[in-house]
Amino acid sequence: MTAAETTQDGSGLRVHDLSWSARGTVIVDDVELTAPAGRITGLIGPNGSGKTTLLRAVARLARPDRGAVHLDGSDVARLRRRELARRLAVVEQHAGTDLDMTALDVVLLGRTPYRTALQADSGADRALALDALARVDMAGFAARKWSTLSGGERQRVQLARALTQQPGLLVLDEPTNHLDVSHALSLLTLVREAGLTSIAALHDLNLAAMFCDHVVVLRRGRAVAAGSPHDVLTPELLRDVYEVDADVGTHPRTGRPLLTFHPPAASQPPAPAPSSQEDS
Amino acid sequence: MGAAPATHAPAATEEPPVHTTAEPETGTGRRRTLRIGAVLAASVALLVTSVLVTVVLGQADISVRHVWTVLSDRLGLSFLQVDVVGLGADRPNEIRADIIWQLRLPRALSAIVVGAGLAVVGAIMQTLTRNPMADPYLLGISSGASLGAVLVIVGGVGAGVLGVSAGAFAGALLAFALVLVIGQRYGTLTPVRMILAGIAIGQLCGAVTSFVILWVADPHATQDVQFWMSGSLAAARWPSLRLAAVVLVAALLLCLWQARTLNAFAFGEDAAASLGVDVNRIRWLLLVACALLTGVLVAVSGAIGFVGLLLPHAVRFLAGPDHRAVLPLSALLGGVFLLWVDTAARTVFDPRELPVGVVTAMVGVPAFIWVLRQRRVQG
Repeated sequence: MTAAETTQDGSGLRVHDLSWSARGTVIVDDVELTAPAGRITGLIGPNGSGKTTLLRAVARLARPDRGAVHLDGSDVARLRRRELARRLAVVEQHAGTDLDMTALDVVLLGRTPYRTALQADSGADRALALDALARVDMAGFAARKWSTLSGGERQRVQLARALTQQPGLLVLDEPTNHLDVSHALSLLTLVREAGLTSIAALHDLNLAAMFCDHVVVLRRGRAVAAGSPHDVLTPELLRDVYEVDADVGTHPRTGRPLLTFHPPAASQPPAPAPSSQEDS
Repeated sequence: MGAAPATHAPAATEEPPVHTTAEPETGTGRRRTLRIGAVLAASVALLVTSVLVTVVLGQADISVRHVWTVLSDRLGLSFLQVDVVGLGADRPNEIRADIIWQLRLPRALSAIVVGAGLAVVGAIMQTLTRNPMADPYLLGISSGASLGAVLVIVGGVGAGVLGVSAGAFAGALLAFALVLVIGQRYGTLTPVRMILAGIAIGQLCGAVTSFVILWVADPHATQDVQFWMSGSLAAARWPSLRLAAVVLVAALLLCLWQARTLNAFAFGEDAAASLGVDVNRIRWLLLVACALLTGVLVAVSGAIGFVGLLLPHAVRFLAGPDHRAVLPLSALLGGVFLLWVDTAARTVFDPRELPVGVVTAMVGVPAFIWVLRQRRVQG
């Protein structure tokens, strides 16, 4: 089940030679990537490596200088925006509003691309929205005000809104950035359970290793590695891309790669006494 | 927290979630729709009675029956007068009939049109710029109108009120066009640029206006300029009202057509775009419509403040943030609000008349502080 096999038929997401620059600075440089259908693709890389910009170009929130984005075989740039919104939904790292909306109001926004003008939300729309809330374990929160929700609850509501768009592709830009570890784990579990083709920029490499089926590494706007977490997340690559010293082991329960980082050599604290004596 | 979602999880997966949760929620949704419908109906009733009552108020001795008689005469519905059984015919004399038909009615209806228009434009500006402090004059429109009016008054291009109104309208649109030229970048409008450009152009127009007034040193011109800056409905007559009403209805229909699209802006322009909204097209379309409407309103009444800033907040407080409710309610309540404020302005210190802008500020500022306090509570 490698990435290449599952995207032979054109399903999933394919990015070709994508470049984007701002005022002469190249942010995304000739990126080629595929995100296999029905799986989570992780986009990793240091700050400023172009993850967010790449995702914005995928979602057509930024217009690339060059290159193309194909979603299930069709060129994203040629779709009408409404049509695109029915096939691709975005979850930002931090969504905020001053408006006095309920969780259900927010989720119903996901029906926007399906409705016109003054058309009221149908019973079917509401059923879909409530179903989506249930899918993200927020069934009892429909009438709750957005302003009373915690960060983790807000991200789940946004995920429910994205699901209500009934998209083929879920684009997530560092969705767990502001969440504690338990909410981060549960949000990504929900994304996995949704079973959609997903592409997520992630900062936490252990989260990426745990949840992604396919990982693409960006460095200074270029895709420098791609493959299964096992193949990509090696000590050499981490040293090369992040300039950190890391051990890569195996997670005792999931069998996925488990990364352990070491402090920079200069400030390395002395190792605990017993182990150093045994070693020598 | 964490514990709460965990307890919901099994329940949601074991039984069909749609049915277990749909019942109570659709209930609240229907209740909300009913409530908004009731508020809308009440607002319409309030608007109609307000017209009948406020037209009666004032120096001249006029009764509701006078108003009814004049109205049905003019609208070709005089057969209706028979139906007001038991009250008998109470035909007002010529002077009273003229006061009703030539002064009070057009003034009352103008107040409604101006109040309705300003409130709707304010609601849309607040949404499009995602700025709760936005109002219809954000984009230099009022200062442009003052400058245009002053130039006509001083230059004597057209002595009549219509000439000055035309100058105000032209000034408003010129200022707005300048703001758009400065505020766009490669054809894209961004809120921050627009607001800054609006402030800059507004300051510039204000400075030029002051300069012209000082240069000419004509006390009459100074007084006229005051009219445009603080606003007044004293000059409202049928011709300007007709034009403003037509533009209001057209703009209102356009905005209502986009009501659902405006809802998609709740989480910002990127979120709106990813929900399928062509953000830039909507901005251009609605901003130009709002500017045209505001320009026409300013030409009718001068720049009346606070209605466009406050009414939308009050309406959201009543009916929630959905534009399908906010826009019609803003129009109705904005109209009622300005009608009563203008009535107070012309009657409270009778025979002296207060500038309506002064009254809106005196009512508006405390109300606005109250809104601000509410917002803080909500986080």
